Amino acid sequence: MGEKSALICYAARLFSHSLFDIFMSTQRKAISLISGGLDSMLSTRVIMDQGVHVEGINFFTGFCVEGHTHAIRKKDKQKPKRNNALWVAEQLGIKLHIVDVIEEYKEVLLNPAHGYGQNMNPCLDCKGFMVRKALEWIQQHDYDFIITGEVVGQRPMSQRRDTMPVIQRESGAGDLLLRPLSALNLPPTKPEREGWVRREELYDFSGRSRKPQMALAAQFGFEDYSQPAGGCCFLTDKAYSDKLVDMWAHRSSRDYELDDIMMLKVGRHLRPRPHFKLIVAREEGESRFLEGYRKQFTHLFSSSHSGPLVLIDGEVGEDDRLLAARIAARFGQGRDADEVDMEITDPDGQSETLKVQPMPASEIPQDWYV
Amino acid sequence: MSEHQLDARRLLCPMPVIRVQEAIEKLDAGDILQVSCTDPGALQDVPAWCRVHGHRILSAAQTGDEVHIRIEVIKQDTPA
Ligand code: SF4
Repeated sequence: MGEKSALICYAARLFSHSLFDIFMSTQRKAISLISGGLDSMLSTRVIMDQGVHVEGINFFTGFCVEGHTHAIRKKDKQKPKRNNALWVAEQLGIKLHIVDVIEEYKEVLLNPAHGYGQNMNPCLDCKGFMVRKALEWIQQHDYDFIITGEVVGQRPMSQRRDTMPVIQRESGAGDLLLRPLSALNLPPTKPEREGWVRREELYDFSGRSRKPQMALAAQFGFEDYSQPAGGCCFLTDKAYSDKLVDMWAHRSSRDYELDDIMMLKVGRHLRPRPHFKLIVAREEGESRFLEGYRKQFTHLFSSSHSGPLVLIDGEVGEDDRLLAARIAARFGQGRDADEVDMEITDPDGQSETLKVQPMPASEIPQDWYV
Repeated sequence: MSEHQLDARRLLCPMPVIRVQEAIEKLDAGDILQVSCTDPGALQDVPAWCRVHGHRILSAAQTGDEVHIRIEVIKQDTPA
């Protein structure tokens, strides 16, 4: 469709919607769960085009694949450092509410009733939780219903035909939850039955193919949208999940703070002994990020050669400090030198210089890498 | 109209945006919020959040390791 005819079409649709609204007398309001991916972008636009006032909501669990890590790593500096959820909201011309759910999310992650997916992703419980939070939001703000970009059969855990009703039921949202992209495969929800939205203008997408979404994106003129492969958060990532499991396995409790889960996104992690691990910055951006934790962790850097900042997570004795220094030296420019000066500083600021021989790569067992 | 400060240094995105949002919720139209951040991502994200909510960015700049953003609060109505 040419740009001009698309505009005429859009204007005609808006006009017919305003007539529709006059008949309906009040404009209905919906909140849309915006992840920053294409599906939630499309489902929001579909409902906006029906004359509904839509605002977006995005829940920050601490594990989201957004913003910060892009800022930390230098290799990502070429890419624009954008928050995809905000970018989507801007493209759609809607407000976006970003909600901090870090504390409440712990219970979802630590005790998911439906278990984990392939990695540490509790997707079904997570979706139920987010829809429940969205329900609380619409109740507080006097909105009418909730939209998500879910598609039947799209994801193995949370978007199966048999699990989609679980989300409706367990979140308490029931038939106030509308999935515009898959609505025709699902029983009519209240917004459809009440005529707040026209069911015949919703979609019947299903399965893992992305083609229908891409065609609809092209129809709306959406370009440059993000399509995260595994999901919307780090918990679907194997390397990240391994680090999380390792962290829990070596602590007395599975509890965590935001700093803990941020640090798992940064650096190489090596656990040479059960009671401590090293976090080795991979490049300058990560060193700068880890510098912010120098008052919380014993840390190392080479004073004779250039090299990364290395944090020690755990309690270390004299032998451990030497071992840590030898490993840390291995990652700096002095890796082939006979001796490297490693400055080790405790969180209270006390420091000493250790003269060590860098550990050769061949002496670092692969299973030290978390 | 009053001036307010928000220290969002050491927070990683999107936390500075969330703190700005929480702060602005409590402010009145015309109030000014001055935000300091250390995550360079805030230079994109905070103005983007302000644009979608209709608040006015008076200035946004990075000086050394810090990002400073000055926002004028604009309040918009949602349909009844
Ligand atoms: S990928 Fe992460 S954020 Fe998305 S539903 Fe699964 S657990 Fe939740």
